[in-house]
Amino acid sequence: MASYNLLVNGKNYTVEADPQMPLLWAIRDLVGLTGTKYGCGIAQCGACTVHLNGNPIRSCSLPVSAAANQKITTIEGISADNSHPVQQAWITEQVPQCGYCQSGQIMAAVALLKNKPNPTDKDIDALMQGHICRCGTYPRIRKAIKTAAKAMAKS
Amino acid sequence: MSTINKNTSRRNFLKTTGMTGAALTIGFFFPAWAKENGEIITGGDAEGLGIELTSWISIDKTGRVTLLNHRAEMGQGAYQVVPQMIAEELEVNLDQVNHVFAPGDPKKFGSQVTGGSSTVRGSYKRLLQTGATAREMLIEAAAKKWNVSKDECYAENGQVIHRPSGKKFGYGELVEDAAKLEVPKNVKLKSRKDYKIVGKSAPRQDTPLKTNGKATFGIDKKLPGMLYAVVERNPRFKGKVKSFDDTGAKSVAGVKHVLKVERGVFGYLQEGVAVVADNLWSAMQGRKQLKIEWDDSEFEHLSTAQLYQRMKDDLNKPLLLDRAAGNFEQAFEKAQKKVEAVYETPYESHSCMEPVNCIAHVEEKRCEVWGPIQAPDWIQQDLSQRLNLPIENVVVNMTFLGGGFGRKAFTDYPHEACVISKAIKAPVQVVWTREDDMTQGPFRPGAVYGCKAGIGSYGNIVAYQTKLACQNMDLQSRNPDMTQYNGSAIEGLAKPLLESIPNYSIGDVPTVSPIPVMWWRSVYASTNGFAYESFMDEMAVAAGKDPLEFRKENLGSERYQALLETLEEKTGWKSRGKNSGWGVAITECFESIVGEAVKVSKNADGKLRIDKVIAVMDCGWYVNPDIIRAQIEGSIVMAYGAAAKHETHFDDGKAVEKNFDTYKMPRISDIPEIEIHIMENEERPGGVGEPALPPFAPALCNAIFDLTGKRIRKLPFNIDEV
Repeated sequence: MASYNLLVNGKNYTVEADPQMPLLWAIRDLVGLTGTKYGCGIAQCGACTVHLNGNPIRSCSLPVSAAANQKITTIEGISADNSHPVQQAWITEQVPQCGYCQSGQIMAAVALLKNKPNPTDKDIDALMQGHICRCGTYPRIRKAIKTAAKAMAKS
Repeated sequence: MSTINKNTSRRNFLKTTGMTGAALTIGFFFPAWAKENGEIITGGDAEGLGIELTSWISIDKTGRVTLLNHRAEMGQGAYQVVPQMIAEELEVNLDQVNHVFAPGDPKKFGSQVTGGSSTVRGSYKRLLQTGATAREMLIEAAAKKWNVSKDECYAENGQVIHRPSGKKFGYGELVEDAAKLEVPKNVKLKSRKDYKIVGKSAPRQDTPLKTNGKATFGIDKKLPGMLYAVVERNPRFKGKVKSFDDTGAKSVAGVKHVLKVERGVFGYLQEGVAVVADNLWSAMQGRKQLKIEWDDSEFEHLSTAQLYQRMKDDLNKPLLLDRAAGNFEQAFEKAQKKVEAVYETPYESHSCMEPVNCIAHVEEKRCEVWGPIQAPDWIQQDLSQRLNLPIENVVVNMTFLGGGFGRKAFTDYPHEACVISKAIKAPVQVVWTREDDMTQGPFRPGAVYGCKAGIGSYGNIVAYQTKLACQNMDLQSRNPDMTQYNGSAIEGLAKPLLESIPNYSIGDVPTVSPIPVMWWRSVYASTNGFAYESFMDEMAVAAGKDPLEFRKENLGSERYQALLETLEEKTGWKSRGKNSGWGVAITECFESIVGEAVKVSKNADGKLRIDKVIAVMDCGWYVNPDIIRAQIEGSIVMAYGAAAKHETHFDDGKAVEKNFDTYKMPRISDIPEIEIHIMENEERPGGVGEPALPPFAPALCNAIFDLTGKRIRKLPFNIDEV
């Protein structure tokens, strides 16, 4: 066990954890933010996606020791009031069904639009490929990313 | 979102939902002997009569409506469509309705099992009547206060308005008086043309909770003092624990208990060893240190190849008959042309994105569970029996479900959590890892179909037979009677077709296997549709007829004809190009009919590409068209996975695929454009969450045949190798 400083959504948290504990469990069980989800534990489904220094990573496969003192953003840090254009687009297009994978999908989409403000279908395929949705919301995810891109271009 | 924890007597209901002051509470009272027909009464009457009210809705002094929703929300939209129906007849806006999940209690709610696409079709009348009755009582209360005729008053936006004078009362001002009135009988429901909320795509109220991380799924729920557990379960079904060494596990920091546990899987108890810790990660680390010797004496170490051989052998056994007419054997023998085919469909894992999990707190005389639960009433019943507790002391709470698809209607995981909580005398959350979730089942049963048809000289079907061999989900007790037909396995198979055929026989042979099986989205129809509609195409080819025309000739009813004409028009069937392949399939299950058309073509590199899917849904009277579209999209994606991506294999009595690296899910790039049309008619409501799944695989394979001449009879297939 060791003590780590985690900088999550602009706030500092001190956690006591096994250095090998994946960041996912530190965020969920020690910091107490449960919007980030466990789906597979082996970086195959994307449900646990958070941003580390602005880049999307699989928190199920990154030890907490490697994330200390770096800038971590979770779904709760995108905006609590759903004001982010990607969240807005997700609501406009009525993307979620069960909703379990959507935190990860949204985190991936936010990162995608930062790098590709005007994504093609191919860009969306390439960058959202790692995210599984068992409810099958893929057609709406594609639509929502395009809706968000338009909204972000205007503002 | 809040959940009700204690019992739901009206007083507790009002308290726990934070309602303000005296309220008008009305709902159905279900006498224990009457399953379907209940009587609408008020909360006050119920108390006077000393009976428990089925608290459907309550309106408090601020006019806020609280609805106790008896159905689970697992993505399918019950959270939205139940309030839509209430709000429509009650004349309130959707945002005035506060939503509470009901705890498991079949005495109050009737069946709560959220399955069979039954939420709307099973309870729409009750819900509409409840809303309308409350509305009429509020109008009557207002009319009395004004001393006017109630015919001069109407309700709108949570207010009663006196038409001549324009005077208004908010519902909150009327609830006290309304609650004292006699409940009117047979209140007139609104006509469909006057609907403002039902039939409209009102955005889902749960969406904002699911875009900012606030929705509480089972796995997110925490209780004070709660411990965390993971369980190493015998990897072979029905397996037991012979012995275990917990030394290593107990040396992991945070691990508090290591114990043998069991859970009921149909007629058997399956065992494992639980590691309980003060956080989930420590429990997982402790589990890795366990040394367990298993006892597999009760189980045959079956493989997939053996299972399918067994099913194929079963096709030669006498059929448990569903329906028959004429003399199939004779007519088939004499037919000018004979068509024969065998189809195979795979075992599948549900693989909900939220793995199975459950919190249990067992105390001396009561027990309470929380989790992603599809069947709270079954679980209440099961726990009451297994823990030997009176049923009223077993409280089952539903959270949001991160997918269900049938898996979370099973009772094993709450049972196991209770076993652990009882032993350690503390609340505990048991989390199944993805590997646990994917390998322990229950699974969708694999199936083998033997189909035969005789085609007459005009291209007409003169003889038709389908035999289904697969495990029957209702025959999993210790000594099931395998000789009696139970009618469950034939859903979605040749429903209207047989009406026009003079000689047919259709039925199943239940295959004996120790693999636990359970509903998987659209249940038997999910595979029956593939055999039925693929064979329809093979018969059309043998008859020398256009596949769509052949279906028109053989599927008589008006609803089918209307749907086929819509498919024909939307696909541009008659002018379809030669460079692509088109396939259609139409299936009926859970009282809805869905037709799908798939267009495929070849890429420059020769690989097959799905260009487009067109789906036409006839679900009769409906509540929310956008939710219907979402459910069709989702059904097609899930069907695509089972057709062309994933399968659960078995080897040495264990499931082979353990995680998404080998159980390959459809990804965003796999999914083509999906175009959806909903039929408008006056039919009664049918299911929405499942019926669009069965026609996709046959429509896809029929399209592939149209393009390549290659007939696919075994799922899943590799689309890159066609």
